Parts: sequence; C-alpha cells; structure tokens
Amino acid sequence: MTTFLRSVAAEFSKIFTTRLWWILAIVLFCYIGLLAGGLAALFAGIQTGVISPDAVNTGGGVTTFGSLPPLIYSFASSVGYVFPVLLGALATTGEFRHQTLTPTFLATPRRGVVLGAKTVTLILIGAGFGVVALAASVGLGGGLLSAFGVDALLLDSQTWLLVVRTLLAMGLWAAIGVGLGVLVPNQVASIVIVLAFTQFIEPLLRLAASFLEVTAQIGNFLPGAASDALVGASVFTIANPAGAAPLDWWQGGLVLLGYAVVGTVIGYAASWKKDVT
Amino acid sequence: MPTGAVIEFRNVSKRFGGVTAVNDLSFTVEPGRVTGFLGPNGAGKTTSLRILLGLVGASSGTATFGGVRYRDLPQPLETVGAALEAASFHPGRTARDHLGVYVIAAGLPRFRVMEALTQVGLAAHAGQRVGGYSLGMRQRLGLAYALLGDPGVLVLDEPINGLDPEGIRWIRGFLRDMAAEGRTVLVSSHLLSEVQQSVDDVVIIARGELVHRGPLSSLDTDAAPQTIVDSPDRDALAAALTAAGIGFSIGRTGLLAATPDPALLGHLAFTAGVELSVLHRQKAGLEDSFLALVGGGHSL
Ligand SMILES: Nc1ncnc2c1ncn2[C@@H]1O[C@H](COP(=O)(O)OP(=O)(O)O)[C@@H](O)[C@H]1O
Ligand SMILES: [Mg+2]
Repeated sequence: MTTFLRSVAAEFSKIFTTRLWWILAIVLFCYIGLLAGGLAALFAGIQTGVISPDAVNTGGGVTTFGSLPPLIYSFASSVGYVFPVLLGALATTGEFRHQTLTPTFLATPRRGVVLGAKTVTLILIGAGFGVVALAASVGLGGGLLSAFGVDALLLDSQTWLLVVRTLLAMGLWAAIGVGLGVLVPNQVASIVIVLAFTQFIEPLLRLAASFLEVTAQIGNFLPGAASDALVGASVFTIANPAGAAPLDWWQGGLVLLGYAVVGTVIGYAASWKKDVT
Repeated sequence: MPTGAVIEFRNVSKRFGGVTAVNDLSFTVEPGRVTGFLGPNGAGKTTSLRILLGLVGASSGTATFGGVRYRDLPQPLETVGAALEAASFHPGRTARDHLGVYVIAAGLPRFRVMEALTQVGLAAHAGQRVGGYSLGMRQRLGLAYALLGDPGVLVLDEPINGLDPEGIRWIRGFLRDMAAEGRTVLVSSHLLSEVQQSVDDVVIIARGELVHRGPLSSLDTDAAPQTIVDSPDRDALAAALTAAGIGFSIGRTGLLAATPDPALLGHLAFTAGVELSVLHRQKAGLEDSFLALVGGGHSL
C-alpha cells in the first residue's frame, strides 16, 4: 500500500514538474469561458428581450430550449472533456516517448502498481480540470446570466448535482486518456486519435445515430453520449430528432468507467508490461 | 556503508522474434571489484543488463542479486543503482525535478537529490532543464539517478560514452572508489581500452555468448607470444634463426621470431657472431587479445 501511495505521489510530481498541465488548464478555461460566456449572453439576451429574436437567425422556435443555466454549465464537460483525455494520453505516451519508463520501473518494479497510480492520479487531476472548466462555465456563464437578469440557479440542488457529476466525468475522461495512452503508445498517433475522435468522428456518429430509434439506443453508449448522460445536460442531447431516452446518469458513468477500464487493461497487456528496450 | 551483493546470471537467453540477442549466458560478478562487461556493438550487453534489471523478460534463465530477482527486491534503488545507455528523462524537467520524481517513488529522503547531483558534479546545473544538457551532463545525470539510494551494487551501461577527457578521468576514479568501498560494480563497454584502467575482472561476450571471463590479466596470456629481433646484418640473423629451427616473419621493425624467449635469441646470436640492434618481446596488447576473442573487426 505504501508503494502505491508513493507511486501516486510520484505521478503527481511528474505532472506538476512539466508545463503541459497548466497550458492545457489555461486553454481549457479560455475556451469554455468564451463558449459558455458568449452563449449565456446571447441566449439570455434573447430570452429577456435585450437582444431581439429577429436580430439572430434562430431557425425558429429555439427560444424554448428549456432551462438555460444547466445547458451553459454543461459546456464544462460536453466540450471540455477533450482536455483531460489529452492530459491522460500525453502523460502516458510521454513515458514511452522520453523513455522514462526505465527509471520509473527501476524505482517501482511492480508495473501494475505504477499504472494504477497513474490512473488514480489522472482521475484526481482530471477532476481538477473539471474545477477549472466549471469556473469558466458556471463562473463566467452564470455571472453573465445573472447580469442579464436570468436566474442562474446557483443555489439550485440540480446545479450542484451537475457540478459534482461534471467533476466525476472529467476524472473518468482523464482515465480514458491513460487507457488510450497504453493502447496507442505512439504519442503523435494518440493525439491524432483523440482530436479526430472527439472533434469529428463521435459528433458525426452521434448525429447519424440519432435519426433512428434503434441506432439512437446504440449511440447512447458512445463515450461522449455517456458522458452527457452522466452530467445530465448537453447541447448535443437537445438536438435529438428520434428522441430516444438517454442513459441514466449512473449508467452513463458506468459506461465511461468501462471504456477506461477496458482500454487500460488491454493496453497494460499490449504495451505496459512488454520489454522496455 | 552499503555492501555489494553477488550478481549472478544463470543460463540467460533472450530472443527477439527470430534474433537471438543473448544465448545461455552464465557468469557471476563479485563485490569489491570493478567488472568490465565487454563486447562489440550488438553483442547483447544492453539486453543482458536490462534482463538483470527486470526491464526485459528473459526467454529462459535467471539473473539475480544475491539470489533475488530485481523485481523482488524490497528496496530496489537502495540495493541496485543502474544507469542505462538511453537518455531517460523528460526534456522539460529540471535535473532536480527529474530525480525528485524518483526519490518520491522510492521513498527516499528529498536531500538525496542534491547529494547525488553534487556527487556527479552537476549541483550547479540542478535547476536547468535537462533538454539543454550536453551528452556528458546527461551521462552524469544518469549516474546521479543510480546513486540516489546509495546502493551496494552499481550496474552501468556504457557510462563513459560521451564524457570529455576530464569526465573520463573522473569516472575511472569513481568506479575504483565504489569498488574499494565494497560495492559490486558492473560496467559495460564496447571498447576495452575505455575501461582497461579501471576494471579488475572482465566478462567478454560476442554474438550473445560468453567468450571469456577472468581477471583483466588473464587477457595477457592468451596472446601468441613473439619476439622482435633485428641486426645490421639481417641476412646473417635470418640464417642463424633458420639453422636453429625458429620460424620467423619479416616485420616493420625487424624479424618477428616465433618464440617468447628473448634470452634464447640473444644466446643464438652470440654463438653465431651476429650483432643485434633490436631484441624485445612483443606483447600483444590487451586490445588485440580482446579483438581476437570477439572475432575482430566488429568493434566500432
Ligand atoms: N527490442 C529489440 N528488438 C529486436 N532486436 C533487438 C532489440 N533490442 C536489441 N536487439 C538485438 O539484440 C542484439 C543485442 O543488442 P544489444 O543488447 O543492444 O547489444 P549491445 O548493447 O551489446 O550493443 C542486437 O542484434 C540487436 O539488434
Ligand atoms: Mg548497448
């Protein structure tokens, strides 16, 4: 057990002694802040009549998008999830790329312990990224909603539930990043996969799946959809023509956990426990 | 003072796909001595050392420290210090932070970082990002990692590569000091001349197989002995050698006579009335014996 705790401490030290974590955190904050803040101002302006609906092409009837605040707040995970995945994947593939597996495994020869420690560490730091993303979406977004006189629901228990689930989702996404990193140890390939999958492939798959009831059921198990189900709100779940019921929040969480566990276990066998030459 | 354990390779073999990198390798390395692990490039040195350290799995056989496999050592960094060839660090981390990660992982006190950096002469560069280090500084950083736990056994893969002359002098003294303190020191090199001045014992491998082991001096006796002899009247000398039945060839500095005994040739020349201008035994260099053992030509 002490070996494990030391390993966790060493993994924290690895993350915090390089620049990547704060660069990603700053970009995450700005990106989510811009999106959540911008849309909060726009929609709140429309809802309160400050901005005339005629002034923007809303495509008709979009002024009834239900409760605005959770939608804005959920940008933290529904858009920000790519950041913990990247951190997890880069932290893991970096060990292969810079050959730091050698000193790591010399100090801790039990490789499973190291991978477990890395996963735990990244879940915690991923949750930390969740805090950063929520500071942007709830802080800036909620602040702007209030400024427009829309109830930001900051004292609503549903909002706080969303906050907690966002932290959980962001932590699990970082663990998925670790799993991807051991599955695809080549750093460049790993980054390309993360960006291509999260920015193009999955959104397209979710859209395509949503048109039929049966494929929509399957689409619910895509990681992004599961994450939105866990958090409980998302712009993606609003555009849902077939109207298939999303997974329950706990089911979404289990699906995400499943991706992380499967990726990590297969990756452990495929690369982590192989010869370090 | 940490004491060294005996390193033991027992029938270690390793195949990478179709390539046999190490084949049935058995030898022991004793504490209190510096042992040179020698062989040309591609002989299997790095692979053997990585097997010893549990980084590469042997296809068969075992390699142990005092009978214990590396991964079963309760405190690995305090038992064995290893520096391997490859540069193993994140370029964006400072030397202090790099070592800091591993003292945390091994549960060592934080002050060991600066102690180890001081020991290898890097204290002044502790706060510098490792990406900006020269090859020699990286070698020293690798050594500092090996020293973190003040281990009784040192396993160093080509530690002299990339060091400047001052660094080479320093590491030679360092290796001797470590062994004098009772530690086990195993140091690999593809050049005998590089480690000749520091090693007590040699283990020589070629094409993955053991070809020689013993004290450094054992390399001396293996060479074919010859004596160089010359005379102002070389024809007369040649006739005298032929008459005595001693084979010879004509070398650059005289005749190379096939006998280890200069006195015999001196007597021969004296009785034949031939004046000698050169007479000395040709010692085949250690390097020559080394090259003969590993099949020549392969050493880069
Ligand atoms: N990961 C690997 N995959 C395939 N072959 C390898 C691998 N590592 C080493 N080898 C081969 O094993 C042999 C021994 O290599 P190595 O142990 O690095 O030798 P040395 O350190 O003595 O130069 C070489 O023929 C090398 O090509
Ligand atoms: Mg080598």
